[in-house]
Amino acid sequence: MKSIVEQNTLALSGNEAVAYAAKQSDVDVVAAYPITPQTIIVERFSEYVANGEVETAFICTESEHSAMTACLTAALTGARTFTASASAGLALMHEMLFVTSGCRAPVVMAIANRALSAPLNIHGDQSDSMAQRDSGWIQLYVENAQEVYDTIIQAFRVAENHEVLLPAMVCLDGFILSHSLENVNVLPDDVVRKFVGIRQFPNVLTHEGKMAPLKLDPENPMTMGPVAFPNYYFEVKRQQEEAMKNALKIIPQVHDEYAKISGRSYGDGLLEPYSLEDAEVAIVCLGSTAGTVKTVVDELRDEGAKAGLLRIRTFRPLPVNGIRKALEDVKVVAVMDKCMSFGGYGGPVFHEIRHILYEAGKHPTVVNYVYGLGGRDTSPQQIRKIYKDMQKILREKRVKNPVQYLGLRE
Amino acid sequence: MKPKEKSWKEISIAAVCWKPSTETLTGDWKTYMPVRDLEKCTRCLLCVLFCPDGAIHWKPEKGDIEFDYNFCKGCGICANECPTKAIEMKLV
Amino acid sequence: MESEWKFTAKDIAEKPDLFMSGHKACAGCAPATVLRLIMKATRGPTIVTTATGCMEVVSSLYPQTAWAVPWVHTAFENAAANASGIDAALKILKKKGRVKHEHVDVIALAGDGGTYDIGIQALSGAVERGHDFLFVLYDNEAYMNTGIQRSGGTPVGAATTTSPAGTVLPGKLEPKKPIADIMVAHEMPYVATASPYYWRDLITKVRKGLEVEGPAFLHVFAPCPRGWRSDPAKSIELSRLAVETCIFPLWEAVNGEYQLSPPSKVYALAPQKKKPVKEYLQMQGRFRHLFTPKFEKLLDEIQRITDLKWQKLLKKCGMA
Repeated sequence: MKSIVEQNTLALSGNEAVAYAAKQSDVDVVAAYPITPQTIIVERFSEYVANGEVETAFICTESEHSAMTACLTAALTGARTFTASASAGLALMHEMLFVTSGCRAPVVMAIANRALSAPLNIHGDQSDSMAQRDSGWIQLYVENAQEVYDTIIQAFRVAENHEVLLPAMVCLDGFILSHSLENVNVLPDDVVRKFVGIRQFPNVLTHEGKMAPLKLDPENPMTMGPVAFPNYYFEVKRQQEEAMKNALKIIPQVHDEYAKISGRSYGDGLLEPYSLEDAEVAIVCLGSTAGTVKTVVDELRDEGAKAGLLRIRTFRPLPVNGIRKALEDVKVVAVMDKCMSFGGYGGPVFHEIRHILYEAGKHPTVVNYVYGLGGRDTSPQQIRKIYKDMQKILREKRVKNPVQYLGLRE
Repeated sequence: MKPKEKSWKEISIAAVCWKPSTETLTGDWKTYMPVRDLEKCTRCLLCVLFCPDGAIHWKPEKGDIEFDYNFCKGCGICANECPTKAIEMKLV
Repeated sequence: MESEWKFTAKDIAEKPDLFMSGHKACAGCAPATVLRLIMKATRGPTIVTTATGCMEVVSSLYPQTAWAVPWVHTAFENAAANASGIDAALKILKKKGRVKHEHVDVIALAGDGGTYDIGIQALSGAVERGHDFLFVLYDNEAYMNTGIQRSGGTPVGAATTTSPAGTVLPGKLEPKKPIADIMVAHEMPYVATASPYYWRDLITKVRKGLEVEGPAFLHVFAPCPRGWRSDPAKSIELSRLAVETCIFPLWEAVNGEYQLSPPSKVYALAPQKKKPVKEYLQMQGRFRHLFTPKFEKLLDEIQRITDLKWQKLLKKCGMA
């Protein structure tokens, strides 16, 4: 039975696709502050508000810190909330990101990935969201505008799921995705509305000695955001980790449900392997670069090389088993990092891939390419070089430089 | 014996408080306690209003106030503010 | 601007405490009294949000809570941003038919730390956006919860742990930031000052603040015996002396129009009744060094500044 819904094709940039998806998702409160390259998201959304196309309270807060705060308390009051940021704005929210996940508020945020200062740089790299990978937020990285549209809608369902109840950030590369126009197939309003539904609340035990829905409601007073001493803080944090474990199950579920309606899927929702089945050399990367890599992989395959790609869509929670399985039979893996971890011997994704392969029965040689910092362009030729390097490692059975910088003027 | 603290599986999520503060009897903090001269007291209720801990209650059915020594920390504000000096702070 | 509500001490005393006993505040804590009185002034469903600080910590020690109303704390600098989110959510959810209450009052509570200094951005922003909430500042004139460090609200000559009185310096040199006047300059509907000794005035002002449609700001004087090195039994007396010396005058500004409140009007009409600041300062250990030969000149300076500010206020109230 054909369950795929008929869709319209719109010409949307990544930012516009984000705003459109949020528009359709019955968001109650948007509290946001503009920052390049996310500005179009909030501008477009405020147009929807001005034209009465959404029933949303739109708060132009005086800073990102207050934006995340207002989203948090609005969510705790029962609202579905959405915001967007990047770079310094996300960094300014840092404190509140931890508070939001600690309070189990299902805020959804779009991040138009941009480099962090200093020096000031408005272009795209992933250092802003990577710096928040410990904050307890779900992190999803998209490859194109179509995917960001699909993922924002899915993010509300994942975040609000009672087994999860964690905030989620959907990351799209600044300028490369945020500002590039693509054909985006959009679902009808009513289909999206039905998919996201109305927020439901799990019950918790309150000081009145009864179970009540988790929200600020004079009907059932409860105290949120208390001070927890060493005798209880640890347990609360362990609960958050359990929620992340549950998200590994829920994200594919929501993804599959959405795929049935839209006809679009991205691997299993956690990881997207591309030409990986018999690959000897493979790249692991996040975001829009995967698109370029796919093109190069196709060319290499035509030339007879056994090249593949593993795109990580869900970075938090990290799909440990999935990654181990996907890379099991690969001989050499090059992890591409659009972020540096200074003094840390390679980039963050490199760290994570290497560490989860530590316990795997057999694992590939893993090397790192830090690239694209401050929006430095990455060409297919440069990707080819990575595969060439990997094939050399395969032949010579040794690694000269585990960590390299792609496109850096040495 | 003190009851065992709950495990992470036993508590509700999001650290919502599940006990009222009235389970802590802050009255055992005090060194001095307020004692009232019933004849001097005019039931003006200032002590009820000023007590930081709400440890003095107005009982309309009795037409009188009542000290709740379970929560009185012995600060002495009531004695200091009483217009007729009807309250004296005495060593516990 | 009048409030319809008329009440007696008995009426207030009979209302159950929504800020419950068993909280962990120090003995003689005036902010705790202030909180009790504020909660007595509520008129219906109310949500309270508090900034990090003494009142937040002593009332929400997990798993216990002293709050009988819905309450949330998130961070130090954002009580007003908390209130913004709650206000926006309530309004939109009401519109969508998901909130059953006709109206829910929102109260944001913060100490001088969370208001004068780290909190001022969020406060200014929330007021500019016109959210419907009452912001109450309980001013104990230092960052008490972290150990008595100076704040923008610490008065001249006060010794704190980051502005101690030493052999060279006599405590804090900078004047107390005129936070309530700053809020009046925001052209907001209602700003007022209050002191717990004048409980009727305080409760009335809280009620007025709640009744205002839009933002309201209440600056409440709240002595801290621990930080001020004063007798715990004298906390309420100090809140009276502050008004009697005109160090902390009581007034309201309704849409920017200043009006002196009855307890302070006394000293405008009968200036001879005004008490010298010495009487107030000598009760507090944080001013002890001002009563030594080395720094006693500062006493005259404090009296001079107090008189000057008092005259300025009288002018604004049309009572010069």
